Amino acid sequence: MMRTTALLLTCAALTLVACGEKTAGAAKKADVPAFQGSTGVGAYTASGWKPGDQSAWDQQLRTRAQGQNEYNRTSTQP
Amino acid sequence: MARMKFICDAERCIECNGCVTACKAENNVPWGVNRRRVVTLNDGVAGEKSISVACMHCSDAPCMAVCPVDCFYRTDEGVVLHDKDVCIGCGYCSYACPFGAPQFPSNGTFGLRGKMDKCTFCAGGPEANGSPAEFEKYGRNRLSEGKLPACAEMCSTKALLGGDGDVVADIFRNRVLVRGKGSEVWGWGTAYGKPATGGPQQPKPEGKKS
Repeated sequence: MMRTTALLLTCAALTLVACGEKTAGAAKKADVPAFQGSTGVGAYTASGWKPGDQSAWDQQLRTRAQGQNEYNRTSTQP
Repeated sequence: MARMKFICDAERCIECNGCVTACKAENNVPWGVNRRRVVTLNDGVAGEKSISVACMHCSDAPCMAVCPVDCFYRTDEGVVLHDKDVCIGCGYCSYACPFGAPQFPSNGTFGLRGKMDKCTFCAGGPEANGSPAEFEKYGRNRLSEGKLPACAEMCSTKALLGGDGDVVADIFRNRVLVRGKGSEVWGWGTAYGKPATGGPQQPKPEGKKS
């Protein structure tokens, strides 16, 4: 009787060990913020801002976005 | 801090598919994968409307919520990206996305489903910005070059706007004020907030809406 109980307890303990197992998936890599600039061909980087300067990058994108506003190109403003 | 968003002006889109072509060319997107598509509503009926659709970089992205391997992440600018080295190509994100943004290339003899591919807002992936490895997996990283997504910048009628949500919303709002229509399609106050200076206020709904 004691041996059966001990065997059952051992089996239960071994079964529950798996519950604490961590999944062995690949971890996400950390990304570098865009304002840090590109490591690629320097000629592709737009002029008017300095890589690493977040406020300059924000301003560059705001200015660039205004290129989509055709009312900035016409003489007649609404 | 910028919050990157796309807006497509249905009054201006002429269904030229220039955005689709620009995206494919800029990012070297494989055959069979369309990160961006032009969808036409009431096609063939007078008054049909077209809009360009891709990943909308949701603030509460359902793809991120359902991914079993947690391969998605959001940048400080609100761009939803993913790590292809972690993705297992299960397709859950495809079912969860209301815009059909996640795409799966078919590889191999039996058309084996590959790792998920989607619009990156031309922001690449977790590899070094502008590196060959990043280009190979995700395409160009124009944001790190101080540029905006190619699809929006190439749009001939400027129907597709991309950039900081506040800026593109102001551009769109200005258009709506000038032409006097178009806001009802999108839901003025809900989507883009109230106009900063002047302009008509959001009309109050007369009937109940579900």
